Amino acid sequence: MADTPKILLEGVRKAFGGNAVLDGVDLAIERGESMVIIGQSGSGKSVMLKCILGLIRPDRGAIRVDGEDLMAMSARELETARAKFGMLFQGSALFDSLPIWRNVTFALTQGRLRDSAKMRKIAAENLERVGLGSEVLDLRPSELSGGMQKRVALARAIAPRPEIIFFDEPTTGLDPIRADVINDLIVELVEELGVTALTITHDMASARKIAHRVAMLYQGRIVWSGPRDRLYDSGNPYVDQFVQGRAEGPIR
Amino acid sequence: MSATLQPVIGFFGSIGRLFIAALAAIGRVTVFAATTISRAVRPPYYPSRLFEQLMQIGWFSLPVVGMTAIFSGAALAQQTFTAGSRFNATSTVPAIVVLGIVRELGPVLVGLMVAGRVSSAMAAELGTMRVTEQLDALTTLRTDPYRYLIAPRLFAALIAIPLMVLVANAIGIFGGYFVAVYKLGFNAVGYLDTTRQYLTATDLQMALVKSAFFGFFIALMGCYHGFRAQGGAAGVGRATTDAVVSAFILILLSNMIITLMAFG
Repeated sequence: MADTPKILLEGVRKAFGGNAVLDGVDLAIERGESMVIIGQSGSGKSVMLKCILGLIRPDRGAIRVDGEDLMAMSARELETARAKFGMLFQGSALFDSLPIWRNVTFALTQGRLRDSAKMRKIAAENLERVGLGSEVLDLRPSELSGGMQKRVALARAIAPRPEIIFFDEPTTGLDPIRADVINDLIVELVEELGVTALTITHDMASARKIAHRVAMLYQGRIVWSGPRDRLYDSGNPYVDQFVQGRAEGPIR
Repeated sequence: MSATLQPVIGFFGSIGRLFIAALAAIGRVTVFAATTISRAVRPPYYPSRLFEQLMQIGWFSLPVVGMTAIFSGAALAQQTFTAGSRFNATSTVPAIVVLGIVRELGPVLVGLMVAGRVSSAMAAELGTMRVTEQLDALTTLRTDPYRYLIAPRLFAALIAIPLMVLVANAIGIFGGYFVAVYKLGFNAVGYLDTTRQYLTATDLQMALVKSAFFGFFIALMGCYHGFRAQGGAAGVGRATTDAVVSAFILILLSNMIITLMAFG
């Protein structure tokens, strides 16, 4: 018997108004795998991510995590299932009213002020993992640079030790060097913590570095998926056009 | 014939669409309020967030509320005196001031001032959290935004506004007293006696009931519009405007309904 995929999407469909953003997405992500979804802006990558997170409810299809269908779950079961997930938002989405250490430990305290000494210690440990020192603990998010905010957001996502981490365009808005630092961190997390990673991006350098497998989303469907090494000789005209960044081709 | 009817049908059609849109909005607001209340009764609770909001909505609004009340009370005394002097009814000043402040001006003016201050702040804050994905982040960090953000605001407003209206009533009556005694030559003891005579428990109760409604609407509109904001900075701006305008309308409308029912 084959292993149950960590995440399995079957025929996921979501339309806004009459516009089908996801039009039957099928995708399987194995345990411990780093999957990267590429695709143009507006191709439905974020919507797909938010469907898996349960932030958006798909119109049709099934989303299974460890074989359990998220859409058949009650609100309370879904809340429990979310403990498996961590998410790095594109704009970091740090809570600007809270100091860094409370941001990092938010999933553990659910926003309540308790066990402060212990939480500060946990925050410092997780910040260290992403290469930040304890001098940032008491700062506010707005006092940090964009790259540092991303790292804090990453520390916040990994603090509860999720089994799956979603990365929404983790390198967007960073210079190439800072972007590579984030890429390294993602690779490290997948290897050291054994997490399953799902990243959406249109940064090809990032995709090449962090992916085990790559899938391409186009017009609401997965048009290609394969190992990272095949990305540049996929034989798929959509993928070719995208990875080479050509204006001409089947994608308009 | 159909050509002549076309504009008429178009006219009624647009009225119909407006009506349906209004019903849909009422439905959404009701679902939003019901969701908040049903989530808020189950743990986790956030007493420290409630306290934070009580300070924000109540304590920090006191200067604005105090000024509103004292200016209105003072002006009301002068107006009543001027109008009353035409038919020898200047002695009604203390009665009109106390009735006017407690029954109408206190609750309504406090409601409007606090709506301007608080609904807008709530809509802007929650709207910004929405467009920067902080609300989504809360959910992925296993924290319910209804319990963590909405419920404390709703309950804090429900508690704080009635208390502030009580304070405003006292200050407003004092404003009238000040003008009456020091400018219009009323006898201080007599003025206070008349005031006490016309100050009834029923009126105070009604002021409290009204202001509880106002508080609920102020927080509900701020949270609802902020929560639904979309489309970046412009969207947050729209949400803020919508929150204040709809809070104003709901305050004035509910004030009218409660008043007409109470005296009907």
